[in-house]
Amino acid sequence: MTSLISKDRFRSPLARARNWGSARSGTHHWWIMRTSALALIPLSIWLVASVLGLVHGAQIDVVEWLQQPVNAILMVLFLAFGFYHGANGLQVVLEDYVHGEFTRTVLLLIIKAAALLFAVSSIYAVFFMSFLGGLS
Amino acid sequence: MLGPYYRFQMSSLLSILHRATGIALTAGMLVLAWWLVAAATGPEAYECFQDFAGSIVGQVMLVGWAWSLCYHLLAGIRHMVWDLGHGYDLPTFHKTGWVTIIGSIVLTAIIWVAA
Repeated sequence: MTSLISKDRFRSPLARARNWGSARSGTHHWWIMRTSALALIPLSIWLVASVLGLVHGAQIDVVEWLQQPVNAILMVLFLAFGFYHGANGLQVVLEDYVHGEFTRTVLLLIIKAAALLFAVSSIYAVFFMSFLGGLS
Repeated sequence: MLGPYYRFQMSSLLSILHRATGIALTAGMLVLAWWLVAAATGPEAYECFQDFAGSIVGQVMLVGWAWSLCYHLLAGIRHMVWDLGHGYDLPTFHKTGWVTIIGSIVLTAIIWVAA
């Protein structure tokens, strides 16, 4: 982020050092929304197609399905990108509607913490089912 | 009340729908996490999830989530085409707008029939 060959090259060195600019890291945020969105296009299509195949099944079908490495890996990728894109999207909404800096910062930390917690929990569940076959 | 003072326009309507569906999808991620944790926990936990998913509320939420996904996906692609610099002229803007609305409904219907 301090390299001159990055999106930072349009900022003056002082602005970069002090993280100035009203959005501080706006360009970075814009870019990660686009890259995660691109990843989510094929991953979402895959998820819908997969869930359609599992919706009428039982718990054991889900476990067996996730024991195939491709499914486990793609599911983990969907969860990671999904929570990432969602949390950053909610950040934008927050910045639009909440004006107090303290409140906004606290809410943002809560959103990011919740996203991380749910992402880690669901990814853990996927690995648990993939390697250990779930509890039962 | 809105009558003479405000008219829904495709630009603002589609924009706020993009935001609303984004929020709905993020909430849906929590349900996805619930589904996976339930599947990892065992048959009883999974049955609890299935009871919810099979209920009227659950079904409405699932259709809503499916439509939100289709809409947000199409609108998001439309956004990224703008990022590339294309499609700003009004005729194209309206055409792609209609594709987004109608496409999302058609895709949701396809998903629902397939389920």
